[in-house]
Amino acid sequence: MLNPDIYLNQNIFNENIDQKPIRDGYGDALVELGEKNKNVVVLTADLAESTRAHKFAEKFPERFIECGVAEQNMAGIAAGLGVSGKIAFISSYATFSPGKNWETIRTTIIYNDSNVKIAGHHSGIITGPDGATHQATEDIAITRCWPNIKIISPCDYWEAKKATLYSAEVYGPFYLRFVRDKTPIITTEKTPFNFGKIEIFWISENPQLAIFATGHLVYQALLAAKELKEENIDVLVLNVHTIKPLEENKILEISSQVKGIISLEDHQVIGGLGSAIAEVLAKKGGNIPKLVMLGLQNTFGESGTPDELIKKYQMDKEAVKLSVKKLISS
Amino acid sequence: MIEELHENKLRFLEEQAIKIRELIIEMLLEAGSGHSAGPLGMADIFSAFYFHILKHNPQNPNWEERDRLILSNGHICPVRYVAMALAGYFPIEELKTLRKINSRLQGHPHRTSLPGVENTSGPLGEGISQAIGMAISAKLDKKNYHIYCITSDGEHQEGNIWEAYMFLGKNQLSNLTIIIDRNYIQIDGITEEVIPLEPLKQKLESFGLHVLEVDGHNIRAFVDAVREAQSEWKRTSVIIAYTIPGRGIDFMEKKFEWHGKPPNKEEAKKALEELRTLQGKIISEHQ
Ligand SMILES: Cc1ncc(C[n+]2csc(CCOP(=O)(O)OP(=O)(O)O)c2C)c(N)n1
Ligand SMILES: [Mg+2]
Repeated sequence: MLNPDIYLNQNIFNENIDQKPIRDGYGDALVELGEKNKNVVVLTADLAESTRAHKFAEKFPERFIECGVAEQNMAGIAAGLGVSGKIAFISSYATFSPGKNWETIRTTIIYNDSNVKIAGHHSGIITGPDGATHQATEDIAITRCWPNIKIISPCDYWEAKKATLYSAEVYGPFYLRFVRDKTPIITTEKTPFNFGKIEIFWISENPQLAIFATGHLVYQALLAAKELKEENIDVLVLNVHTIKPLEENKILEISSQVKGIISLEDHQVIGGLGSAIAEVLAKKGGNIPKLVMLGLQNTFGESGTPDELIKKYQMDKEAVKLSVKKLISS
Repeated sequence: MIEELHENKLRFLEEQAIKIRELIIEMLLEAGSGHSAGPLGMADIFSAFYFHILKHNPQNPNWEERDRLILSNGHICPVRYVAMALAGYFPIEELKTLRKINSRLQGHPHRTSLPGVENTSGPLGEGISQAIGMAISAKLDKKNYHIYCITSDGEHQEGNIWEAYMFLGKNQLSNLTIIIDRNYIQIDGITEEVIPLEPLKQKLESFGLHVLEVDGHNIRAFVDAVREAQSEWKRTSVIIAYTIPGRGIDFMEKKFEWHGKPPNKEEAKKALEELRTLQGKIISEHQ
């Protein structure tokens, strides 16, 4: 059942569940931050509305910086701001930032320890019809390898908002991963956001398996868990919003209780959440459960609707259910 | 060498440009997302390329000797797809699959998805460098084909473009011609308000490039500019083509709001009506 202690949205399993774009959480949080803290500065590279930075731009024009289509320059300017007492949020699509400007960020923001928050939008194949060039599916891999970075991949609007607010409270580089389309609202305003923690969203007394999901796919994992329960299959669903630092102890604790683990991410399985979990398990060694990694399997995405794509690339609830059943019978 | 443009060929190219615009509207309506302004603004130039300038063979898209048309600003691919379909690269019917799952017509062009697409693009600023690579390769192989690279103006805010220009200043490649879609819009507004590009011509000249300016809707003038570019045997030519984004559809023209959205049903109907009456007008002008 849904974890009763963390105020999850009780309508999750209704057909017409409320939906809201995850990126709106970023935009709304920026406006709140702008009001609270005069050191917050927001930058974009010709994508103000698409990244939802435009609301901040309207309210605080003097603290909004339009860089034009120039992601490297944006990163460098932010690096300068971030070591000068400002909290700089850079807003673009993740394929371009931290994609195109990766090394600039590495040197001037990460290694240089500047107070910059990198907002990567249009992550995942759920980006849809624009096609693979605009679907960021390696962004976790290319940021997770950096020292001195904190990475949050929120599961819905509320978590995105809380993650953005939180990132401003802590000095240093963050990578925040956002999604374009409307996605189901899983949590509520009251759901606690504990940075660095893996939260159990679906609990079972004697779980056979655990599903570690991140981002909007947490919803698919929950749907799968509920339908599996109806077939008397008990699983856990864990929401991994903090990709770095990863709560390794939690993964080890859960792994000792289950027969198998599934990771689920709208990202390449190479270098993403699945890899991160594999690293934790392999380092422990001994009697570790089998891991099935769901996500993009060493291929690029393509144009299509979000629903079609997560089905075709096997990230939807059916793919999760199938993997669970295979794992149990293996 | 590109042939001189005779009156009846010019009329044909103008008619093709209108057909291209109609099909762009129809395909964007069907897709439900995609870019309107840029593709419509470049319809005349794509008509000139696919039906007059390019040395190519739609039945054999990988023909070694073909000219290469590199699209740096990949988001205007609807105009390329339509021109390719009309030229016979694939059935017109297939235009309906734009941006749909399992389609060869990706939302942004993907080289290996569709024969005849020379480069994968969408992320801005990356076309000219690739075109330079192809031009160097042609020279090494002593091949005569020409490389054209279409870029957009907002795209010129990317540093990569200027790195490429600086490279061309040193390594002049006369088998490469660059066309800039100077339509003065980008996503967040008017280019000169977002990050100004002017004085663009002087900037390019100061990089050592051969710069031409042309009205991008005057097909004769455009073809002449390309011919002139090819007669420049030393330097790389850049043609600044002044275009009107959304050209041909009154309510879309010059509005940056139409950069990245498709028409809805009523808007498409209105647009098609306008294009069809315009077609009548243009044909009668030449009679
Ligand atoms: C590297 C990169 N950054 C941002 C974008 C998002 N983007 C797509 S088109 C565009 C505006 C480009 O303006 P322009 O090149 O003049 O195209 P037009 O609107 O005239 O078609 C932007 C910023 C992108 N595609 N690539
Ligand atoms: Mg433009």
